[in-house]
Amino acid sequence: MHRRRPLWDCFGVLAAEFGLDIFTAVAFSMAVIAGAAQFAALSLMQDQAPVLIVIIVGLAVNLRMALYSATLATHLRAAPFWTRAFVAYAILDHSFALADQKFQNEPDMSLSRKLAFYFSATSLVAVIWVVGTGFGAWLGARIPDWLALDFAMPIAFIALVAPALRSLPHMVTGFTAATLSLLLAPAPYGLGLIIAALVALVLGAEVERRLEMTS
Amino acid sequence: MSISTATLWFVITGLAFGSWLLRFSFLGIIGNRELPECIKRCLRYTLVAVMPGIIAPLVFMPRATDGAFDLPRFLAALVTLFVGVWKGNLLLAIAAGGVTLYSMLNFNF
Repeated sequence: MHRRRPLWDCFGVLAAEFGLDIFTAVAFSMAVIAGAAQFAALSLMQDQAPVLIVIIVGLAVNLRMALYSATLATHLRAAPFWTRAFVAYAILDHSFALADQKFQNEPDMSLSRKLAFYFSATSLVAVIWVVGTGFGAWLGARIPDWLALDFAMPIAFIALVAPALRSLPHMVTGFTAATLSLLLAPAPYGLGLIIAALVALVLGAEVERRLEMTS
Repeated sequence: MSISTATLWFVITGLAFGSWLLRFSFLGIIGNRELPECIKRCLRYTLVAVMPGIIAPLVFMPRATDGAFDLPRFLAALVTLFVGVWKGNLLLAIAAGGVTLYSMLNFNF
């Protein structure tokens, strides 16, 4: 396969290259709202992989969502079942980053204010993602290279996580996760990411516990 | 080679339901129960354990250069991180990173 590697944040462009129409591309984004999983699935389908494999790999790439789910459960567990079902549908890296930091910094927030914050943050991000897919599918390869849109997503992600890196355990966790994920980058299906994350968060918690014992 | 419509919609449906199930998993199971202290402590680090893992390969092996180290992108990432940790302001950090990236890319330093 000789083609430019897909850009994480421009699913629509890849979808157009693979011959999906705008309606299908946008429906895909609305139903799944997970960039990396969508890319993985499309590439595998292009390579004629069996349907079941496509779905399993797509979900493996998305495993971190279960971790986000557990974390949001600590903040929003008092919400009714159906509300939690909608919270789940809308979990995205961006909205999780905003909400988790907000809830940790302001533990006294009421449940209704937490939910209002969460759904505002997440609907903003989801709308941008879906509209972006539509524009990408429409404009396709006509998006100029000098815009360097490929790097918009890393910059946004760094800016989202940076304010949380303000204590020693948080920095240790972040550094460990980044290093391990680089080392494990060759692991298939994004599994390196989830292994790096699990090791890093246990380490962060352990550093926090030891710091508490000595102080 | 194009992808058949049936395959595509089967995959979209499967991924949509599966992704929702992953996202709902713990929100659904844990419900209104109190978690053990050690688990709660770990989960305070979810964000800083996942996001740097996503970011690091994109910074050190950018897709735009097919994985070759790229100084403009690396410096833009570094500036974004520095301003973000220092000021704790999302938009300021994005602006600083963006300005760095565009100056580096378009003025051939």
